Amino acid sequence: MMGIVQLISLWLIPATIAFILLYGTWKKVPTYESFVEGGKEGIQIAFSLIPYLVGMLVSISIFRASGALDYMMRFIKPLAEAIGLPAEVVPLAMIRTISGTAALGMTTDLIATYGPDSFIGRLASTIQGSTETTLYVLTVYFGAVGVKKMGDALKVGILADILSFIVSFFIVLFVFGR
Amino acid sequence: MVNLIWAIMALIGICFAMFNGTMNEVNEAVFKGAKEAVTISIGMISILVFWLGLTKIAEDAGLLAKLSHLCKPLVRRLFPEVPPNHPAMGYIVSNMIANMFGLGNAATPMGIKAMEELKKLNGYRDTASRSMVTFLAMNTSGITLIPATVISIRMTYHSASPGEIIGTTLVASTISTIGAILIDRYYYWKRARGGKR
Repeated sequence: MMGIVQLISLWLIPATIAFILLYGTWKKVPTYESFVEGGKEGIQIAFSLIPYLVGMLVSISIFRASGALDYMMRFIKPLAEAIGLPAEVVPLAMIRTISGTAALGMTTDLIATYGPDSFIGRLASTIQGSTETTLYVLTVYFGAVGVKKMGDALKVGILADILSFIVSFFIVLFVFGR
Repeated sequence: MVNLIWAIMALIGICFAMFNGTMNEVNEAVFKGAKEAVTISIGMISILVFWLGLTKIAEDAGLLAKLSHLCKPLVRRLFPEVPPNHPAMGYIVSNMIANMFGLGNAATPMGIKAMEELKKLNGYRDTASRSMVTFLAMNTSGITLIPATVISIRMTYHSASPGEIIGTTLVASTISTIGAILIDRYYYWKRARGGKR
């Protein structure tokens, strides 16, 4: 099983590149010229992204570095325990929405502490793998095209993250048990 | 709402630092955060240039149109405001496929192209359109087939079966994606109803 998974992830990108190049050549597309033309846009996009990301990451960094985030977590833990959720994993579920690097660090920490094959290890793995960092995704996508008013996107994203956490909890409980 | 969350995170942090004695850390965080953002943006140039170049070949060869044609029945229902043969569809579909295979690298550039097309459809306004919200709802929950990063962490810590969470991750992400679409629909319905009043 793992062999197949590793093989797929090893071959996926080269195979995609080869397929597009073969197909393009077959359809008589000037492949190199098209590539350069398409690629040019990437530079522009990356630069227009800078102010959005700087704004967002500075705010998140202040929140984290001040210790406010940790304090909030300590407050939430007993609340989570009261309704039967594993208190160790709740901070991960919350931070997953805000910061991808922090979440990855926390997942690694939980797996190292409780073991990858424990209930907490499996739940942390599932949470980490099953959602994206909502705030980052919104910042990048809206930032790249210069849309400043996000509408309901943030609300929808956060609610979906909460749902994803609850679903992960029950799936892991159901498949592996405590 | 973004304005509020953005300002509140920073304000709470600064106020908290006053009582917590972590003003030093906050000072450091301001510049570290800014630097990290620029590093990420600049680092994205290589990925954006490469995948957008490759996508352009696929587009010129008619591959994207074919792809969106293949997924038409599904995508049309998800994005009723996008004309079925619009280029946005091709980008949306390829973004979803790249996301599924865990190619976040390739998914982001295609997603950004999709957003560009959706902005065009929205008359270049700086407000999110209905389709944009749907598209991002799907992107933030994202169906994952192979969570490669997590598997490699599990391997590092000697899991007896590093890949055993593939199934739970797939189910969890599928259900949460469906949930995200439903939540998105609910808010759209609310907006539409409010608009009529």
